[in-house]
Amino acid sequence: MSEVSFRQRVGALALVAPLALFIALFFVWPLVTVLKESVSDATVSHALPTMVDAAADWNRQSPPTAAMKAALVTDLRGIEDQQLFGDLVRRLNSAQAGFRTLLPKTRTAVDKSRETTAPEAVDLEEIDKRWSNPAYWQAIAGTLSPFTDQHLLAAVDLSRDGTGAIVALGADESANLTILLRTFWVSALVTLVCLAIGLPYAMLAAAMTGWRRQLLLGAVLLPLWTSLLVRTASWYILLQDNGLVNDALQSLGLTDAPLRLIFNRVGVVIAMAHILLPFMVLPIYSVLITIPKTLMPAAASLGAHPLLAFLRVLLPLSLRGVASGALLVFMAAIGYYITPALIGGAQDQMISSVIAFYATGSANWGMAAALGIVLLAATLLLYMVYGWLSSDKTARA
Amino acid sequence: MLKTLQVLFGAAAVFFLIVPLIAILPLAFTSGAFLTYPMPGISMRWFNELVTADAWRRSIVNSLVIGCGTTMLATVLGTTAALGLRGRVVLGGLFRTMFLLPMVVPAVVLGVGMQILFVRLGVANSYLGVIAAHTVVAIPFVVVSVSGSLEGIDRRVERAALSLGASPFTVLQRVTLPLAMPGIASGAVLAFATSLDEVVLTLFVAGPNQRTLARQMFSTIRENISPAIAAAAFLFIVGTLLAAAAAIVLKKQRQRRTGLA
Repeated sequence: MSEVSFRQRVGALALVAPLALFIALFFVWPLVTVLKESVSDATVSHALPTMVDAAADWNRQSPPTAAMKAALVTDLRGIEDQQLFGDLVRRLNSAQAGFRTLLPKTRTAVDKSRETTAPEAVDLEEIDKRWSNPAYWQAIAGTLSPFTDQHLLAAVDLSRDGTGAIVALGADESANLTILLRTFWVSALVTLVCLAIGLPYAMLAAAMTGWRRQLLLGAVLLPLWTSLLVRTASWYILLQDNGLVNDALQSLGLTDAPLRLIFNRVGVVIAMAHILLPFMVLPIYSVLITIPKTLMPAAASLGAHPLLAFLRVLLPLSLRGVASGALLVFMAAIGYYITPALIGGAQDQMISSVIAFYATGSANWGMAAALGIVLLAATLLLYMVYGWLSSDKTARA
Repeated sequence: MLKTLQVLFGAAAVFFLIVPLIAILPLAFTSGAFLTYPMPGISMRWFNELVTADAWRRSIVNSLVIGCGTTMLATVLGTTAALGLRGRVVLGGLFRTMFLLPMVVPAVVLGVGMQILFVRLGVANSYLGVIAAHTVVAIPFVVVSVSGSLEGIDRRVERAALSLGASPFTVLQRVTLPLAMPGIASGAVLAFATSLDEVVLTLFVAGPNQRTLARQMFSTIRENISPAIAAAAFLFIVGTLLAAAAAIVLKKQRQRRTGLA
């Protein structure tokens, strides 16, 4: 008997294995790649291998040691790959301005004296007196570790100064924190709009019977079935300056000139709320239909005003559905890319747009990955709360 | 008073939900060059554009190729895994969570990772890469759908077949799979729909040769909006309605079968 169950278990595992392997390869591995990319900074340590050992116990305060200077010369003479040298210059220049001219100049000079002077004998300060400035040496020492927190810090507008202390970036240097806060703000607005429409809608659907309930539920399910792109394109048509919404407003005499509804916050919130509304209605509805229909009449028969009965009976009972719905909507909203990209203006771009810009626009993988990690962490945290809420529900039921 | 308010709110909300889906459809038949009402006349010129313009035609073909590839891969992998997850598997809960997570993780983050990784693996800008990416996001739908229909199967039927001397493989082929077929089919429909509508991952992993219809629509809205969008949207909605009708028929079929059992 136990042998049979063992064989069954092995068989079951063999059935699960192909998908597990596929998911590991094409889902987990890409996410691990993002994580690695966000903390990896191997350019300098790769290009200056002897420097890594020479600067290992330098305290960054005293002048650079002779061993470090010799190591720099050795490493610069050793770089064959032009691409690697270019990467090195770019990486160091981003840590300390000036390397763009200093490094090529130094490399040419030490290459010229390759046959005549040993690395220990080269006088770097004579080649360029900037080498007497400790800031340049601090910059090199600060980038030698193959791992860095600079991208992750920059994702929340922080950086390290020459001595390694964490400082805030100036307002004009980075806008990531602004965009992060904007993402949360827009998502919160969308969640509120969804709640304001979704809660009464779900209550109405739960209170109705027959074809009315079918109609209300169908109206929620149909958009879920419709392509996201089609819905976004449709909102584009409705909201544009000479679109249907503006036509209607003008013919009703509510406005004289067309209202600006597209390429701004209003349009983004309307379109996203429409797209995410089903995720609010369905969880609330599924909680509401489990509430006995006799509760409200019972409250009324005991003399409660309908409003009081709603506030004290129906609303508390439906809160779990509200929390699930709000979490789902918020979680989906913070990762949205397509709708803000098509309906929003420059001031409405959310974190996903910035990630896409860093990745496809400027090929800054480190920054794209670091912002991605921030978004991923926020989403998974919300998902864990959601999972905890829904498992708690089954435990109680 | 409350009743009127309810009716008004219900009507307004249904209007808000449905009108944006309908508003775009008539514009597919406009004879003008702009996506605005009133339409200057009726014509099929934009559907004509879809099948004649090289960019649109290629993107439709690409969408079908990638959609079919994704559907096959996701359905086979997802159904096998759902069958395995039915028994008691070591770490079953962990596997299940892993298979559902692609629905949760923001597409942009996954896209960045795939772009970096696919270049290293040598599958960037290839059909294989795009199909793999689409399959990842289609898997949760297949696993949920097939698991649901497997749960509805009375295991005594399978045990009866086994006790009558059928081999486990015969039971799978003749009993389990036919009973689970509605779930498998609706999983496949959902996988195809997911692939058809996927834009973000496609932006990151597809090259110019793998431009899908959704990707083409995205850049058309962004760069030079034209009523071809509305014609493409019309095709999308008709396709969706057909898929939904198929799913409803399958569900009815399943209900009838379980009713018989």
